[in-house]
Formats: sequence, structure tokens, C-alpha cells
Amino acid sequence: MYEYLGILIYFFIALALSLLLLGLPFVVSTRKADPEKISAYECGFDPFDDARGRFDIQFYLVAILFIIFDLEVAFLFPWALTLNKIGFFGFWSMMLFLLILTIGFVYEWRKGALDWS
Amino acid sequence: MNILIFSIVLKILALTVPLILSIAFLVLAERKVLASMQRRKGPNVVGIYGIFQPIADGLKLIVKEPVLPSSANLVIFLFAPVLTFLLSQVAWASIPFGEGIVLADIHVGLLYVFAISSLGVYGIITAGWSSNSKYAFLGSCRSAAQMVSYEVSIGLILITVCICAGSLNLTEVVLAQTQIWYCIPLFPLLVMFFISCLAETNRAPFDLPEAEAELVAGYNVEYSAMGFALFFLGEYANMIVMSSLCCIFFLGGWLPPFDFAIFYWIPGIFWFSLKVVFFLFAFIWVRAAFPRYRYDQLMRLGWKVLLPLSLAWVIYVAGVLLCFDWLA
Repeated sequence: MYEYLGILIYFFIALALSLLLLGLPFVVSTRKADPEKISAYECGFDPFDDARGRFDIQFYLVAILFIIFDLEVAFLFPWALTLNKIGFFGFWSMMLFLLILTIGFVYEWRKGALDWS
Repeated sequence: MNILIFSIVLKILALTVPLILSIAFLVLAERKVLASMQRRKGPNVVGIYGIFQPIADGLKLIVKEPVLPSSANLVIFLFAPVLTFLLSQVAWASIPFGEGIVLADIHVGLLYVFAISSLGVYGIITAGWSSNSKYAFLGSCRSAAQMVSYEVSIGLILITVCICAGSLNLTEVVLAQTQIWYCIPLFPLLVMFFISCLAETNRAPFDLPEAEAELVAGYNVEYSAMGFALFFLGEYANMIVMSSLCCIFFLGGWLPPFDFAIFYWIPGIFWFSLKVVFFLFAFIWVRAAFPRYRYDQLMRLGWKVLLPLSLAWVIYVAGVLLCFDWLA
């Protein structure tokens, strides 16, 4: 239990340290803002429009695929730890699960979801 | 209770201060090594051989003007570098430097480190989104997609290590390598893990998000002064975290290379640092030697090469260990 206390205290110390570092230039530097300087950077032009427009669907697709595979990884951790206790029954159960997942993976691959155009 | 907290705080300070110093000198080492590889001299003005260059750079960044863009979401904008730096620090809590030399010797140390390194993507995506600048936004999208793609193969490689070691505690993972370092039976995994680490820390040849030529600086283009410095420190701290993870999972952490008594006279922390420095040098070496990947090549490598290979290794290692009854 005390181990996690260490992590908590470390979290607060690191937070304080980074806030201190972030705040320091606001105190010691001279600040002079003008509208040109604080506008969004766009290679010398005035920004044409808001940056929050549409973006490529591929990024979304990658995120969805990530969720599937990361869940699989999370599911594999307890299996990997207890493999010596659950033996061949546990091993083949996981193989069945991985087989189903691999079918999905092959389908994505053939569909071209992994190709970046 | 108070004494306990005080001792923990002292331990943390003994961890954080050398860490920040090592980040500073890692930057100098990178510039020096890159310079030598390109037959230049590198920084050599501030102090002898430029030894005070990182301190001069840090001081310069402190007195720079912090610019807050008018179109940015200020709270998230200021929060993003803090988060990046914070996560690169707390990851150190469960990394063992020697037997018993660890701040938090938790049972799920491997899972903890994996979770913290996964959270790193939030710092980048909030920075890119809150800047409200097109370059920053594109850079953060690319960076996030890249990081999550390689995280899957990192996870699968960690599962293979965990099958071999039979524990999630990092100290026990190292002690399980007393007979043989995992880099010998699992050598391809070490290579794959190192490649994934390069992609996970956005380092060359996978530094697409920061591609200077097209996206100027990627997600941190709107940051100046310490906001920028925190991202920079976070990136280099992550490099050191990843190097020490490579060393813990595959090169036997603080264990000496051969089982001779004379090697045990040298403290374990020395072996640990030596291995970490080796991986850090490899990080810099890769940057000097390889051209940048194209984005489609990067995604192809992550999803079509590393993911199937690492999944196959999980099945292969589990099958072999189970059949020969070698499980820990």
C-alpha cells in the first residue's frame, strides 16, 4: 500500500515542479503582446480560418483499430501470468480467441483499412 | 507517518534532480554525437567542450517571452506541456535501478509503466488541438495515430516478456534473467521493441510529427519559452525511460554480463547505467544514420509488420514454454 503512496507523492511533486517551470518565464521575462504576434502561426499569412475543420477519416479508423487491439492486449495480460496454472485448456481457449481476432484483422487488411493513401 | 512521507520525498528528490540533469546532458550528448558523426565540432563555446551549453539553453528559455496565442484554449494549452512533463517523470516511480533500489516496488510495475507511457499521447493531442493552428493540429493527429499504432506492438512484446518472467513486477522480471538475458532467446523482440520505442517517443526516423520541412515543428509550433522546454524535457525523459525499459526487459537490468564474482564487485547501478547509455547512444545513432520514413511507410510498418510479428511471437513463446513445461 505504501508503494502507491510514493507514486501519489511523486505525482504531486512532478506537478508542482512542472507548474513552477511553466510559471517562471511569466515572472522573469518581459512580455509585449501584439495582435500579429499572438495570432496562430501560418507561415506569415493571417490565419485563413479556424483550424478545427474536417480531418482525414484514416486517423479515426486507426483509433478504432487501436481500441480493438489494445483491449486484446489488456485481455492477454492475466492469461500470460496464469499460463502455468491454466495449462493447455487455457492456452487453446486463448488461441480460439486470437483466431477470431485474426480473422477480423485479415478482413481489415484485405479491405484496405490499413493502407494509408 | 510523517517520517515515512519525508523519506519518500527525499527519495523522489534523489530521483528527480539527477534525472533532470541527465536530460540536460543527454541533449548535449546528442548534439555532440551528431556533430561527430557529421564531422563537425558541435557546441564548444560555453564552458570546456561546451559542457555548460544545456544550462545556458535552459536559462535562455526561462527568460524568453511566453506567447499565448489569441485563438488558443488557454487552460488546455497550458495544461498540455505540464501533462507531458509530469508523465515522463512519474514513469520513473517503478523502475528498479538495482535490487531493492526502487521508489515504488509495486506488483504491477510493468502494467504501470505501460499505462503511463500510453497516457503520453494525451499531452500531444491536447497541445495540438488547443493551439488552434493548422500545423499543430495536423502534427498532433499524426503523432497520436503513430503512437497508438506502435503501442499495440509494444503491448504484445511486453506480454511475451511477461510470459517468460511469470511476473509483472519489474524487479522479478530482471531477476528472472539471472540465467540468461532475454535478448538472447528473444533477440528479434528486442529489435522490434527498440523500433517501437523510436516511434513511441517520436524520434527519428519516425519523427513525422515534427517534420521541420512540412509541419514546421508539429504539435508544439505555438509554444515558446518554458512550454516548449517542458515538451522538450518530456521527450528526452521518455527516451531515457524507454532505454531503461529496453534494458530491464531484455538486457537483464542491473545484472552483470557474466556470472563471475569479479563482476558482482561493481555495483549493479553501474551496469544498469552502462546499458541505458548504450540504448541512448543507439537512439542518437539511428537519428544520424537513417532518413525519415514516409507516413504511409510508417503506418505500414506498425500495422502490417510489427503487429502480426509480435502477435506470432506471443503464440510461439507461449506454446514452446508450455510444451516443454518451462513456465516460471
